[in-house]
Amino acid sequence: MMHTAELLKLFRPYRQNAIVVPGRGGRHWVHLTDRPSLDVPLGDPAMGGHAGFALGLALARPEKKVILFDSEGDLLMSLGILATIAEQAPTNLYHFLLDNECYATTGGQPVPNATNTAYDAMARAAGYPHAAAFTELADVEHHLPGLLALPGPVFVAFKVLPEVENAPIGRRTRWQTRTRDQVLADLRAELDA
Amino acid sequence: MTDAAARTLSPETVLAQMKQNGVTDVVWLPDSETNWLYLLMKADPALRLIGVTREGHACSIAAGLAAGGCSPLILIQNTGLMESGDSLRGWLLGLNVPVVLMVGYRGWTRHGVNQDSAATYTERFLNAFNLTYYLVESDADADRISIAFQEATRTKQPVVVLVGDEYHGFNR
Repeated sequence: MMHTAELLKLFRPYRQNAIVVPGRGGRHWVHLTDRPSLDVPLGDPAMGGHAGFALGLALARPEKKVILFDSEGDLLMSLGILATIAEQAPTNLYHFLLDNECYATTGGQPVPNATNTAYDAMARAAGYPHAAAFTELADVEHHLPGLLALPGPVFVAFKVLPEVENAPIGRRTRWQTRTRDQVLADLRAELDA
Repeated sequence: MTDAAARTLSPETVLAQMKQNGVTDVVWLPDSETNWLYLLMKADPALRLIGVTREGHACSIAAGLAAGGCSPLILIQNTGLMESGDSLRGWLLGLNVPVVLMVGYRGWTRHGVNQDSAATYTERFLNAFNLTYYLVESDADADRISIAFQEATRTKQPVVVLVGDEYHGFNR
């Protein structure tokens, strides 16, 4: 199991000019990024949709890598998206899954079959040409450059420690620094520049 | 156009409306009426077809395409539209995505008496989400598709075109 913040730090040197959809890793990525205008921290518009959004971006902008930090709860709501992504086969999409085995934002209840689901195997079976899974930071550090050099779609599942939140949503501290409208406007400005 | 043709909605008309309005991508899940349209779309190299396994996925994919500068169209059935409620709320309405959803109006009858609860709840669903919608039954109504595109662009919101042509022209 890895700390999400430590895991995301490993991506920073390799991000370059990729678009990053930080998903539920956004609270950490916002402190690590050096290209915020190419980040798309949307929070949680509707659960189950981050992979679809990243697919759309990747298809629209084939000249740019798109890095997605998805979560297992999100993916479990929309497993069919794996087949859609595999069929479209965007070579610029890097689908990274932060698997904390639970619904952390609702108090940490386990997702169904939390410890026994092989998401990398699901992705591979759906047709992703490259899929892997890691539990240790050192292994990620070793393999990450190679994974990011592969043509997409690439899927990698990471076991991460849950960061459980129990406070009512209205009392939680917002980590977002921009509105969604501003995030999308900044992205368009950057892409059109 | 003959009277008979004007009473049906042809897939060629729908495709022409897509092209006229600059559609780059069709995010879709087949319904019982769209096979002929599918064959036409598939033969058009300028259109990218993105098949989904659940209609809600179409909302987030369309949002990503639009964020990247493309012009998607969503093509689904009313049953799937209703399944997509939260995705529609979060990914399309919440992100102000100017997209047209062409929605097969399963069960639609002009006289209002239907045997299909999919039809019963369709317009109630759209009204609950405060979505603007236009009914298209035949080629004579096709200009409403362009009106929907214009309204989506102007309001930066999703707009729905209900295809009320089940069991005849649209499916040949």
